[in-house]
Amino acid sequence: MEREKIKQQKLERLWQLAPQFIEGTPHAEFLGMKFVAIDFGRATLSLPYAKKLIGNAQTKVLHGGVLTALLDQASGLAAVSAFEEMRPVATLDLRIDYMRAAAPEKTIIAEAHCYKVTRHIAFVRAIAHEGDIDDPVASSQASFMTTGASSKPKDPLLRTKAAKDLPPASKVKP
Amino acid sequence: MSVLSESQIAEVLSRIPYAQELAVRPLLMGDELTLILPYAPHIIGNPMLQALHGGAVGAFMETAAIVQLWLMGEPKHLPKPIGVNIDYLRRGTTKDTYARAVIARQGSRVANVRVRAWQDNYDNPISTLHGNFLIAKV
Repeated sequence: MEREKIKQQKLERLWQLAPQFIEGTPHAEFLGMKFVAIDFGRATLSLPYAKKLIGNAQTKVLHGGVLTALLDQASGLAAVSAFEEMRPVATLDLRIDYMRAAAPEKTIIAEAHCYKVTRHIAFVRAIAHEGDIDDPVASSQASFMTTGASSKPKDPLLRTKAAKDLPPASKVKP
Repeated sequence: MSVLSESQIAEVLSRIPYAQELAVRPLLMGDELTLILPYAPHIIGNPMLQALHGGAVGAFMETAAIVQLWLMGEPKHLPKPIGVNIDYLRRGTTKDTYARAVIARQGSRVANVRVRAWQDNYDNPISTLHGNFLIAKV
């Protein structure tokens, strides 16, 4: 039961901190990204359409780079939430497939899933869509590296004995 | 191929509102094009480390690829990205970033492009991109 409680507290902390992860990132703010949801190893963000984000003035379609930034940010948040202790991460590499043009005026939703973490590396897949995940605009595969040097949890909550019994975040099924 | 001018390239960039928003500008030396992404606080991704956002650098390199392809073929429509791979090699710092694109292979419909982005030293790129782009018919 103690385990469940710690897991719950950890999740609540994630929900508290995740919006700041977006608001505290100048470029994410600049693009207008919004926090939607978070879970262990999972994150969802949205990006409302804006004229300044257009990649082709003729067709009014979003710039591919805007999707790159959104998928990178969502994937980074999923990576942060997958580690035992939350740590800042840096993108190592990112591959994006652009399946179709984003429809003008539509909000983009990015859903990221960190399916594996090692001690310092996180592997994340993400999909960008306009409401129907089966009709994706783009998908990505990325890896992240932790940038914090600490190996001991600073969080007092995670130093408790019960915290050690927690399954790795990536194995927790929502 | 006709002689390029910076105003011609600026004209292509004006068709890409997001590149305008990032204030991307061209630097032309003979037929070699370098794009400049001027540093601005809003392209920061990690305020603690003062590191550039990977998405901003990625968007910049993608723009370099698109502009380079447009200049080579001058198609009616801007090329569209199909898939790109980005490697982040170093932290981008609070300085101007440069990018140069090389077309590795150009077919009739698809072109493969390699882009390098650097700050202090061309030989120490902060990031590289390679990807395939759909070239619209001329």
